[in-house]
Amino acid sequence: MLETIRRDLLLHFRKPADILNPLAFFVLIISLFPFGVGPSASILSEISAGVIWVAALLTTLFSIDMMFKSDYEDGTLEQIVLGKESLLLVVYGKVFAQWLVGGLMITLMSPLFGMMFYVNNDGIFATALALMLATPTMTLLGSIGAALTLGLNKGGVLISILVLPLYLPVLILGVAMIDSAIVGDDYVGHVFWLAAILVVSTGFAPLATELGIRISLSE
Amino acid sequence: MWSLFHKLGSPRPFYEISDRLLPILGCLTVIFLSVGTIWALGFAPPDYQQGESVRIMYVHVPSAIVAQSSYMIMAIAGAVFLIWRIKIADIALQCAAPIGASLTLLALATGAIWGKPTWGAWWVWDARLTSTLILFFLFIGVIVLRSAKEGSEAVGRATATLAVVGLVNLPVIKFSVDWWFTLHQSSSFSLTEKPSMPVEMWLPLVVMVAGFYLFFFYVWIFSVRTEILKREYRSQWVRFIHDV
Amino acid sequence: MMFKGFNDFILMGGHGLYVWSAYGFALLVIGYTLIRLAMDRRKVIELNKKRKSEELDS
Repeated sequence: MLETIRRDLLLHFRKPADILNPLAFFVLIISLFPFGVGPSASILSEISAGVIWVAALLTTLFSIDMMFKSDYEDGTLEQIVLGKESLLLVVYGKVFAQWLVGGLMITLMSPLFGMMFYVNNDGIFATALALMLATPTMTLLGSIGAALTLGLNKGGVLISILVLPLYLPVLILGVAMIDSAIVGDDYVGHVFWLAAILVVSTGFAPLATELGIRISLSE
Repeated sequence: MWSLFHKLGSPRPFYEISDRLLPILGCLTVIFLSVGTIWALGFAPPDYQQGESVRIMYVHVPSAIVAQSSYMIMAIAGAVFLIWRIKIADIALQCAAPIGASLTLLALATGAIWGKPTWGAWWVWDARLTSTLILFFLFIGVIVLRSAKEGSEAVGRATATLAVVGLVNLPVIKFSVDWWFTLHQSSSFSLTEKPSMPVEMWLPLVVMVAGFYLFFFYVWIFSVRTEILKREYRSQWVRFIHDV
Repeated sequence: MMFKGFNDFILMGGHGLYVWSAYGFALLVIGYTLIRLAMDRRKVIELNKKRKSEELDS
């Protein structure tokens, strides 16, 4: 598993565009909103949580269809399935590597946007915390879609249609958590729920992803 | 019991048994739906608050209930296909999806029509309507993935996996939508949550729900039969059915 | 019967438009589904006939 993480990260760093493009996409989507709704501080701080959250969802999906693609096309994935290494552990490794270059980066960048949207300090902290807990779930659920559509050459749009409805609970919880942090309410309950969802999806989503890879390879 | 299960799992006995079952199912569907409609439109009492527009409930609620059940039935067919690789389960999944999607659409449309006189707006982000919308998206996902490559077994299994993943997520989605709704609830009340519905109202409702279930099963079995004819055209028994 | 006359029945206490369009939409969905069923079946039967005659030719 560590070997997979090391190899995937190395591949990512060899092609920095693969990391930077989604992040540029994330920055762009968010920066468009003030132009769409006007620069008023009250409106921006009210919609900030939703905007950052939806942008994070879209960015995750934007990069996820490349997750298994190159390994599928050059036969690496087939070799892994035939080889001794457990495919499930490889899936865990790949999801983790994907999250490091995607979700984690988004999380680290989020305070910047919090400031641009006039969010108070409590809100900025809650945004980062919520993203920290939720972006791994997004990557995990997205990997199911990526695995199921591997052999189809349909790419990102199909994955988005399949996976976006599944993101709804995380979206609702995350935005609610940030909103209650902004007004100074207690949000321990939200943290607990996001963490619970993360634990459950860490346990189960890779199983579906593994099954999806096997199915796609059987074609 | 187990042998019946096996029999229905292979195309030929299914086709022959359903041949006898289908006309009965069709008759029952017509009876239940027409009795239910006449009852709902002409004999059920008007609501003290909503007046006559409450009659929309007799279409909206059954279609929403049956749409939800059809997602469940579809996902169970998917699980059966993944575990036992019974070909007919793949066909069942593929045939259930469009029916479920159209029933979901019907629930959404009638919900919007009902919303106008009740809330004064065509669309309100009400808990039930919103989760029905999400259900519609889930159906669309299954349909789009299944039609990506027709007749391919791998895509069939991928779709089955998606349906099962969706079924596992459905309670979480429903729960979070309900919670989100209570969080943002304004003065509006939910369409159907009544403290107590009088017998004169829920009896025709039950008849309509049964009618919609019968309709679902009729259409489902019918289209499974058509798909069997399409996929099994090589086998002798299909060729010996006259006029097919 | 809950209504005094046919006119009352159509008007539905002022909500006639909504009630009837809801039922109309239901009829539309049911009708569309049934037509699609019949057409699909006919298409498959024709397809099978074509496949059969192609096999006889070759």
